[in-house]
Amino acid sequence: LFPPPPQDNTDPQKTAFLLRKQWTLYSVTPLYGFSNAHLKHYARLLSAFIAAEKQKGLAVEVGVELDIKVAVSSIPDLKGSDRDQDAILVQLSLRPPASPKNSEEKLVWSGCFCSVSGDHLSENLPEDFTCLPLFLANGAESYTSIVGSWFQKTFDCCFRRLAISPLNLSWMAAMWTGCQVDKTTSAMELIFSVPCLPYPLDISYAIHPEDAKALWDTVQKTPGEITQEEVDVFMDCLYSHFHRHFKIHLSATKLVKVSTAIASAHCDGIIKFLQSKYLAGVLMLLTELAISQIQ
Amino acid sequence: MHRRQSSETLKKPPQDHHKNQTDLSAWRKGRRTDPKKSVQSHQSLNDKKNDSEQDSLEEALSYFEQVQGRVSLKKNNVLQKHLTTVESIALQRGLPPEGFDVLLKVALSGKLADTVNTRLLKSLVPASVIPETSVVSAVSWLCVSKCSGNIQLLFLRWLITMFDFIDRKEEIHALYGFFFSFLQDEKMCPYVCHLLYLLTRKESVKPFRIRRLLDLQVKMGMQSHLQALLSLYKLFCPELVTITLPGKMKTYFKNSEGPWKAAINAVRQRNQASSPVFQTLFLGTAQPQSRKRKWNTQLIIPASSTNINNIEEDRKKNCVNLYSRDESFPVEQLQTFSQLLQNIHHLEFPSQMGSVLTNPLLLHYMNCIKDESVYLRLYYWMGQTLQEECTWCVADSKQYEEEFKDFLETVYKTECFLQEGFSSCEEFLYKSLPLWDGICCRSQVLRLVSWIPLGNFSEMKSHFYDPLVQLFFTSSLYFKCSVIESLKELLQNWLNWHVIHLDSESDSQVRSSNTTLSGLVNMVAELIHFVGWISTVALRLENNHTFLLYFILDFYETVCDMYLRYNLPLLIMPPAGVFYPALLSMDCVNLNQLCYIMYRYRTNLVAAKENELSKKQILQFKFSSQTYQEYNQYIIAMVGCLWTSSAFQKDTHPQGLRMDDELLKKTAVKEFKTSFNIVYHPAMMGYALHFLQQAWPDDTTFNFSLIKGKKWNWYLEYLYSQGLTGLKVFIESSINRVSQASHSNAENAQV
Repeated sequence: LFPPPPQDNTDPQKTAFLLRKQWTLYSVTPLYGFSNAHLKHYARLLSAFIAAEKQKGLAVEVGVELDIKVAVSSIPDLKGSDRDQDAILVQLSLRPPASPKNSEEKLVWSGCFCSVSGDHLSENLPEDFTCLPLFLANGAESYTSIVGSWFQKTFDCCFRRLAISPLNLSWMAAMWTGCQVDKTTSAMELIFSVPCLPYPLDISYAIHPEDAKALWDTVQKTPGEITQEEVDVFMDCLYSHFHRHFKIHLSATKLVKVSTAIASAHCDGIIKFLQSKYLAGVLMLLTELAISQIQ
Repeated sequence: MHRRQSSETLKKPPQDHHKNQTDLSAWRKGRRTDPKKSVQSHQSLNDKKNDSEQDSLEEALSYFEQVQGRVSLKKNNVLQKHLTTVESIALQRGLPPEGFDVLLKVALSGKLADTVNTRLLKSLVPASVIPETSVVSAVSWLCVSKCSGNIQLLFLRWLITMFDFIDRKEEIHALYGFFFSFLQDEKMCPYVCHLLYLLTRKESVKPFRIRRLLDLQVKMGMQSHLQALLSLYKLFCPELVTITLPGKMKTYFKNSEGPWKAAINAVRQRNQASSPVFQTLFLGTAQPQSRKRKWNTQLIIPASSTNINNIEEDRKKNCVNLYSRDESFPVEQLQTFSQLLQNIHHLEFPSQMGSVLTNPLLLHYMNCIKDESVYLRLYYWMGQTLQEECTWCVADSKQYEEEFKDFLETVYKTECFLQEGFSSCEEFLYKSLPLWDGICCRSQVLRLVSWIPLGNFSEMKSHFYDPLVQLFFTSSLYFKCSVIESLKELLQNWLNWHVIHLDSESDSQVRSSNTTLSGLVNMVAELIHFVGWISTVALRLENNHTFLLYFILDFYETVCDMYLRYNLPLLIMPPAGVFYPALLSMDCVNLNQLCYIMYRYRTNLVAAKENELSKKQILQFKFSSQTYQEYNQYIIAMVGCLWTSSAFQKDTHPQGLRMDDELLKKTAVKEFKTSFNIVYHPAMMGYALHFLQQAWPDDTTFNFSLIKGKKWNWYLEYLYSQGLTGLKVFIESSINRVSQASHSNAENAQV
């Protein structure tokens, strides 16, 4: 249950683009008719599609230089096992308007399809299908919408926002507490939202990471293994501590966000990765959540 | 393609018109020798009139063929006369194919004044077809531009309007480049675009043409005719050009039919069957978005559009096989069943499978092509859409209930069309039923229930029966009735599935593991027991409501006939909680239904027993003796009630009517024995009353005991004539009436 240590063969450089950015999470059903061999062609079509969408009603020739450059590439390093498909990275960048070619393109949007130890989704599926159930997007939603629509149209797949339930958030809180990180780390923060109020009220609960770790170590029975019961005990301890001081029952509120040194996750399906060491582990958990939303 | 195909249907008339284009005699002869017409006198009068018209038309045509130089219309009576002749004949009957060459040539050569040319062009209405050669020569006249701009425009409009009447189009297709060059003329551009739209085939789409159109687009801005042509180019070659059409477009081309509209309609009416209908544009415009929602949370069934997925591979294949891609038929153009039949070998599924839901032709195709990935694509899309849009599972989606209803309705219709349930629907029901309030989208959800595929029982129990029961017992009478009806349809769908697979099984002898006969029998039995149980409870909750009883008995009308109608070795009797309320019902509709059901049970059981005896071999499935025993108990109770007035003594069912005489006497009812026979039964008393009034109009004492002996038979006849056919078949089959006395032998009724 605990995320395995990242594979040795992954090159942290190649996945570093994921770190310290906010990613919006989606689940994606298997892509039909997708092939790694045609990424360049896809980039051409997608770039023309984006141009056509932005100037509705005007036709666009495929293959010419357009304002927005599209790059589609595969990242073989981003996977859990050999049975996972290679991750696909889509990047949109703005060409500098009428300036010398060497001036830098500005990255405006990126999206990443991946599957980390999600191979059980592809079991029994015909070869025409490519399973990359987790999609992460960073950038303006208007681009997510256009790129998503193009993928939906072209590969007959379905995108759905991947919300993270409070139950899964508490799992993340417990799991990430137990992870070893360098000393200079920030506090672990849990944010709760109080339901049924006429105005929004959020409660922020910050805990020193070493205290949290100490608590978790007393709760966890077998290292490397986590049970639902242990997670419940851990959260209950935090709740009762809070109640002792503030007389507020956090169990009656909704956990909406968990921030630790490993990553921070929001229930709306937004995540920020902070540690490259645990990237694969977090992605594996998210892949699992995405698959359960598809099936 | 529709256009080409429709032109082919028109090819048949005048076969030799190429050779004798101006020789009208052939045409006239053809008319004269028509045997039918020479018979009738008024017909021949018509013929004479026709003949004179023919002559004058012939004269007019030869005049126009020979006319030289500019002739003024005002001063020239001859020209006026011939022009009027052409006009009147054209508008009344249309021109023969041979006329077009001459008239087009003269109209486009600029010999005559524009007013004449205009009138000539406006009268170019075909009686049957327009020969391709005349159009080709007209286009060559157009290219030398001897005529004025107005005439050029009018000719193009004429060509667009008459496009489907041209007998052949190969040579016109060869002129594609000529037409294309006219695009640079600003006035002609809209009409040329329309014409090119009609002419374009996949091979016409070339990169240089795309670039040319894009240049025009830069010059002229957003123009609907350019958009339409470019969209067609995109349809054929999505790898070269792309365009997103704005949502609100309705017309892409200016109406060019104007001057010929009435005449064209007349021609169409004349040759109804073979008349080409104007092709509606099949451009996929963006669906109007009624509201702002996040991009992927809007319920849209995608439009059918060609899959652009395999282009690269096709290019490679093309080196080997030149036909591979060109042959595939774009789904956007699939509009008729005959097109489907003609292109079924090179049709591709649309890029988004969800679009088949609204396209019956593709559903037909889907039914033929049993492809696993087709179902998988549909499965994923539908599963996600149902979950995302489910109004009672997803917060804040209440306002979209109508849309969701429509969607469920569409899914249900598709299931009916395909005669099978979708597994994504089944999963959706299992996931969402526990959260359902029983009100939201009620009829749609209950309809979907009827298409739950045969699965395994434990799954159905925990995901379907259990949550359904909670809603069932706590909801209104009408909800209960709807649930029973859905379950009846579910049962019928399962039984139909069984019958169909029984047929196909004879070929293969193999059944997939989860649908063995015993598996099916168990599932069906569980369903029937489930309905029996909820019916018993519901009848108590609703005080044996007639309406509810009607739906329950309707369910059993299917159950009682499973052996004979569906070839399923299973018969299950209704529980006592259903049987007795029906037997003692206050309403004759229910009683009549029960009689019919018991008659069918008897027929099925007798057939089963005969089968068992005749085959002698040990059958895998045998009705248990308990079924026969239950049937016999019920039949004794029924005959005892309705006929022999002995139910209180003879009923042997543990939950039956058997009662001690002592007890019955305490009720102080005088004639308790007869109180449930066909005269005194509360459901029948109305009939008895009417019968008495008719048989003894003067008697006002309502003496029911008069109905006996011969009168009893008359009464029976009267009942049968009142439409109680269930009662009729029951009495005729289950009651031995050899001894006409009222003491019939119930034993005989037993199986």
